[in-house]
Amino acid sequence: MNQKYEKYYVPAQSPWPIVGAFAMFFIAVGAGLTVMQARSGGGAGHYLLYAGIGVLIYMLFRWFKNVIEESDQGLYSAQMDRSFRQGMSWFIFSEVMFFMAFFGALFYARMISVPWLGGAGNNAMTNEVLWPTFEAMWPLVTTPGGGTTQAMGWQGLPLINTLILLASSVTLHFAHVAMENNKRGPLKVFMALTIALGVVFLGLQVLEYMHAYQDLGLTLDAGVYGNTFFLLTGFHGMHVTLGTILLLVMLIRILKGHFSPDKHFAFQAAAWYWHFVDVVWLCLFVFVYVL
Amino acid sequence: MSSVTQQHDNTAAHHDDGHHHPAKGFKRWLYTTNHKDIGSLYLIFSLTMFLIGGAMAMVIRAELFQPGLQLVDPHFFNQMTTVHGLIMVFGAVMPAFTGLANWMVPLMIGAPDMALPRMNNWSFWILPFAFLILLASLFMPGGGPAFGWTFYAPLSTTYSNDNTALFVFAVHIMGISSIMGAINVIVTIVNMRAPGMTWMKLPLFVWTWLITAFLLIAVMPVLAGAVTMVLTDKYFATSFFDAAGGGDPVMFQHIFWFFGHPEVYIMILPAFGIISTIVPTFSRKKLFGYASMVYATSSIALLSFIVWAHHMFTTGMPVAAELFFMYATMLISVPTGVKVFNWVATMWRGSISFEVPMLFSIAFIVLFTLGGFSGLMLAITPADFQYHDTYFVVAHFHYVLVTGAVFSIMAGAYYWLPKWTGNMFNITLAKWHFWLSLVSVNVLFFPMHFVGLAGMPRRIPDYALQFADFNAIISLGGFAFGLSQLLFVVVVFKCARGGDKVPAKVWDGAEGLEWEVDSPAPYHTFETPPEIK
Repeated sequence: MNQKYEKYYVPAQSPWPIVGAFAMFFIAVGAGLTVMQARSGGGAGHYLLYAGIGVLIYMLFRWFKNVIEESDQGLYSAQMDRSFRQGMSWFIFSEVMFFMAFFGALFYARMISVPWLGGAGNNAMTNEVLWPTFEAMWPLVTTPGGGTTQAMGWQGLPLINTLILLASSVTLHFAHVAMENNKRGPLKVFMALTIALGVVFLGLQVLEYMHAYQDLGLTLDAGVYGNTFFLLTGFHGMHVTLGTILLLVMLIRILKGHFSPDKHFAFQAAAWYWHFVDVVWLCLFVFVYVL
Repeated sequence: MSSVTQQHDNTAAHHDDGHHHPAKGFKRWLYTTNHKDIGSLYLIFSLTMFLIGGAMAMVIRAELFQPGLQLVDPHFFNQMTTVHGLIMVFGAVMPAFTGLANWMVPLMIGAPDMALPRMNNWSFWILPFAFLILLASLFMPGGGPAFGWTFYAPLSTTYSNDNTALFVFAVHIMGISSIMGAINVIVTIVNMRAPGMTWMKLPLFVWTWLITAFLLIAVMPVLAGAVTMVLTDKYFATSFFDAAGGGDPVMFQHIFWFFGHPEVYIMILPAFGIISTIVPTFSRKKLFGYASMVYATSSIALLSFIVWAHHMFTTGMPVAAELFFMYATMLISVPTGVKVFNWVATMWRGSISFEVPMLFSIAFIVLFTLGGFSGLMLAITPADFQYHDTYFVVAHFHYVLVTGAVFSIMAGAYYWLPKWTGNMFNITLAKWHFWLSLVSVNVLFFPMHFVGLAGMPRRIPDYALQFADFNAIISLGGFAFGLSQLLFVVVVFKCARGGDKVPAKVWDGAEGLEWEVDSPAPYHTFETPPEIK
C-alpha cells in the first residue's frame, strides 16, 4: 500500500488503570462505610475513602503524565486526537444525562407529585385520606408532613453567581482565543481570571448555603423542595469544583510552557467542561430559582 | 503532519520488541491494553458471574421445589432473587456483550485496537471490585440487598438494611465502568474504521453495538441518579420517594425505568447483531434486508426511551399515560418483527447447515419471538393488571433474556471460539450442551406462563398448593439447565487447551474481516488498516 497512513498509537502495558480500579474500590467501600457509620458515629470508613481519593489523584497524575509525554514525543496522530475529542464529548453527554435525572425529579415533584398530593386531577381522595389540610404549592414551603421552610429567592446571591459564571465563560473564551493566537500573556491573565471567578462562585455558593441553613431553615431534609435544591446545586457545585481544578491544572501547564496554538486538546477539554457546567447553571437558575 | 509520521516511525522501531507479544505472567492481565486480552477478561468474568448468579437461581428453585418454607428463610430468599438479578444483568449479560465487542469490533472494522486502550483496561477491572462489594455484603450482619434488582422505594429506603450504602456505591462504580466501556466502543466505531469501511458496510454486530453504546451512555447516568436519591432518602432524610415530604415512591419507578427500559435493549440489541452475523453464515446467503436491519435497530433504540412506564401500569397513572405507553410499547413490535422476518427470510432457500452456533441462533429466533409475544400480552394495559408481578412476567423476561440474550452469547461464543483459540471445540459435547439446554430451558420457563396466568406471585418464597406440581417441574428444569451449563465450561476449557486446528476462515460461509486474520487471531491485528473492497 502506497497510501500514507499515520499509525494509531496503542500504548504498551500500563499499571495505572488497575491502580485506578483499586482506587475506585477503596472509594466505593469507604464511601459506603462512611455513610453507614455516619448515623452510629465512629468507624474508620472515611479513612478508606480518603485513601481511595488519594490513590485516584496519584493515578490520574501518573496516567496523564504518560499521555503528555507520549503526545510530546509525537506519537499521537490526528486520528488519536479525534478519539480524545469524541471521548470527551460523550463523557460530557453522560454528565448531561446525570443532571437530567435530578431535573426529572424536580419536574416530577413540581408538576405531578405535589399537585396530586394537593388533590389535583382525580386525586381528591389522595388529599382527603392522607393530608387533608395540605395545599399544593411551589416552592413547597410546607410539606404534607408538616415541615416548614422558606424559599430561596433568585435575586441577590443567585443572580450575582449567574453573572459570575457567565463572565467566567466569556473570559475562558478569550483565553482560548489567546491560545490560538499564541498570545501567552493574555492567555495567562484570562485563565487566572476564569479560575478566580470560579473560586468566587464557589465561595458565594457556600455563603448561600449558610444563609439557607441559618436564616431560611432551608435544609437538605426540608421536603422535596430542599432535596432538589441541594442536590442540584450541590452536584453542580461539585462539578464547578472539578472544573476549577481542571482549569488550575491547565494554568500550571501553561505556566510551564505546555500547549501550542494548534495542539492544546487538554485545555480545550477543560474548557468544554467549564462551558457545560455553565449551561447546567443556567438551567438551574431558571428552573430551581426563578420559576 | 509528515514530521509527526516520521518521528513515530523512529519510536516504533525501538518499541517493536515486546510490543508484538503478550507480556508474561499475571501482569499481562493486570496491565494489559490489548483489546483481545481485555475481551477475554470480560468473557471469563462474565462466565464466572453467570455461574455464581446461576447458583443463586438454584437456591431459589430449590426453595420453590415444594410449597412451604424448607431450605432458606424468606429474608435470605429475597437476597437471592435480588442478587441473582443484579449479577445476571450487570455481571453476566452486559460484560459478556462488552467482551464480545472488545474482541470482535476492532477485528470487524479493521482497527488496530480499541480507541482508548488504557481506559478499556480500567473499565474492566472496576467490575470485579464492584461485584466483590455486592457479594461481600451478603456475608455482613443484616445481609445483602433484599429489595429486588429493581430496588423500588420504599423497599430500598425505609425498609432496607443498613448495608444499602454499599449496594449504592457498588452500582455507582459498575455504572462508571459501563459508561467508560461504552464511550470506548462508540469512539472506536466512529473513529477507527478502516478506510473504505463506510457506515452501510459495517457488520451488523458493530451497528447494534454502536446503538447499544449510545443507550448505555444515555441511561447509566440516570441509574446513578436513582441510586443517589435512594442513598440520600435512606441516610440523609431527603424525601424524593416519600409523600410526606412532597415526593412520591412512584417517582422512583419513573426514574428507574427510564434507565431500566433502555437497559433491556442494551441486553438484546447486541444479541440481534450476533444472530444477524451467524444466520447468513450458515444459510450461505447474504443477510436479507441489511439496511432495514439498521433502521429497525435504531427505531427500537429510540422507542426504548418512551415506553418505560409500561412497567408501571398498576401504579395508578392517568389513563392517557397508560394508553400512550401501551401504544408506544406495541409499536416496538414493528421493528422487532422486521428483524425476525429478515432472519427467517435469510434462511429461506439458503443451503442451511446446523453447526452449533446456528443451532443456538435458530433456537434464539424461535424462543426470543415467543418471549416477544408474551411481551405483547403484557403491553396491553388492561391485561397487564392481571399479569403484573406474577410468574407470567418472570416467564416473559427469562425467555427474552435466557433464550434470547444468553443463547445469543452462547451462539457467539461457539461461533468465534475457534477464531480466538485456533482450535475447534468438541462438537459432540457442544451439541449435547445445546440440546440439553434447549429442552431444560423450556421445562424451566414454559410452565411459568401457566402458574403466572393462574395468579402465582413472583418474589415470594412460598405458594398456594395448587401450584405445587408445576413448580416441581420448573425446579427440575432449572436444575437440569444449570447443570447443562457446566458442559459449556468444559467445552470452553477443552477448546482453550487444544483441539483440531482451524484455518483463518473457520466457517466456509462466513464473511467479514475477522476471518481474514489467522486463527488464533494474532496478538496485534490490522496495525496498518486493511483494504476494504
